[in-house]
Amino acid sequence: MSDIAIVAEQLVKIYPTGKGHPPLRAVDGISFEVRSGEVFGFLGPNGAGKTSTIRMLTGLSQPTSGRATVLSYDVAREITAIKKHVGVVPESSNLYNELTALENLVFAMQLYGVPRAERKARAMELLTRFRLEDKRDVLFASLSRGMKRALTVAAALAHRPALLFLDEPTTGLDVMSARSLRRMIAQLRDEGVTIFLTTHYLEEAERLCDRVAIIVRGRIVALDTLDGLKEYASGRAVVEVTFLDADRSTQTRRVEAEDVAIAVRQALEQVDGAQLVAINTLRPTLEDVFVRLTGMGAEVMLAEKGGGGGGGNAGG
Amino acid sequence: MLADDLRCMGYIALKDLRAYYFKPPNISWGILLPFAFVLAFAIRNPGNWHELLPGLLALSLLFGTSSMEATVIVFERSTGALERLLLAPVRLPALLFGKLLGGAMFGLTVTTAVLVVGLAVFGGGDVQWLWLVLTLLVSALAFAALGSFVSVAVKQIFEAQTLANFIRFPMMFLSGVFMPVAAMPPALQALARLLPLTYTVEALHGSLYGGTIERIALDLVVLAAYATVLFVLAVHTLARRLA
Repeated sequence: MSDIAIVAEQLVKIYPTGKGHPPLRAVDGISFEVRSGEVFGFLGPNGAGKTSTIRMLTGLSQPTSGRATVLSYDVAREITAIKKHVGVVPESSNLYNELTALENLVFAMQLYGVPRAERKARAMELLTRFRLEDKRDVLFASLSRGMKRALTVAAALAHRPALLFLDEPTTGLDVMSARSLRRMIAQLRDEGVTIFLTTHYLEEAERLCDRVAIIVRGRIVALDTLDGLKEYASGRAVVEVTFLDADRSTQTRRVEAEDVAIAVRQALEQVDGAQLVAINTLRPTLEDVFVRLTGMGAEVMLAEKGGGGGGGNAGG
Repeated sequence: MLADDLRCMGYIALKDLRAYYFKPPNISWGILLPFAFVLAFAIRNPGNWHELLPGLLALSLLFGTSSMEATVIVFERSTGALERLLLAPVRLPALLFGKLLGGAMFGLTVTTAVLVVGLAVFGGGDVQWLWLVLTLLVSALAFAALGSFVSVAVKQIFEAQTLANFIRFPMMFLSGVFMPVAAMPPALQALARLLPLTYTVEALHGSLYGGTIERIALDLVVLAAYATVLFVLAVHTLARRLA
């Protein structure tokens, strides 16, 4: 297997938007490589071009221009070969409501040519792994949202893909389901599966990804390891101040400045006579990098996605 | 690649049959509706009962094959489930043919039940079984292709149902199901010649009641042409929608 799982060169995707409107340039000449065995994070706000990129790399849409290879196969000419070796978990859990958990997994294996003799055992193995063994005969429609998500990931793994695309896997999940799913993603990484993960949760990217590309308005504005990205922000001092406001509720503010002294002074100005609880200097986080590069905060990303229960706590 | 296409085609058809087709509303739609129409006409014009058998079979095939077929793709597009198939190692024509095959198999199953009951009630004439089976097979593919085309041509399920009925109901009255095409005014006869159901009724009549093989074969060629054209149009339309 090649050391490089994905190569994208100047990929562009333009969608027509109808009469009187300019075409939408969803992906605007992006280039990147994903190494085999890594978790590659594709981080950006809603509408940044994350899903459009996955759709081009998995054959759901054609690039307007540029070229890409996935597992050394050309997406323009060898998409069927690519499909045999990749698994895709789309943003919405889209298995068949009318089939049971077991039937959905078996159908996925039938499509990918898993030998008949292996299907049942493999399906049970996946159900056990995703703690759904007692739901094997339950219709997909009757599962909880977290279980649907887990089963959708299981279905994407049915044919043992070398590369897994995960499009916003924890969006809309409660904290426990999101945490459980992140543990599963980490396990897959440990097993050597290459993972292309799109997310708008900064903490999720920070916890799971080896390298992260930040995409804004169809363009990659930064691509590096987490340490490399933080290095970018390390020239700035970050101070977090916690205080009690007039209603005696705890408030936290984060201040970034050229040096610590200025940051502390600005942080204390924010307290403005309220009762100070704590003041800490912080190592830069991915959020600091993101804010610096895009001018957006994590809360902007969450607001764009309509909140999202799973992202707030990336623990586990 | 061909092996992948054939495998996926078969499993997509079987999945559709299990998930969508063999459900009570579909079975009743495929069987009861044609019986209700035929019964209404038979009561209105008692006498030539056996003349109604080809029409009854044709209606069962048309409704059994196209009712769900006309909505299944647009339904799966709305739930995102179609994407699962598009991500599988199968080419678009094979994917769509798998869908079409599901509809055709369901229509044939329902129509076989109607045929057994129909022959028991009306009695068979000089049945040419080979041609009867061929007529049912080719017609099922043509009507399923019609359903597929309707399903990919619209964006909403209610649009699919409306369009399917807009095509099927006039066709039902103009294709010789209830009265021979030859008895219609010349303008309607010309219109009837544009409708695939006309050729199904004609071929069924011929194969049930000793028609000439040449005539039946010609009907089947026309039906096969309909099936091919509608299928190609459906593939192109779906490809354009997904681009």
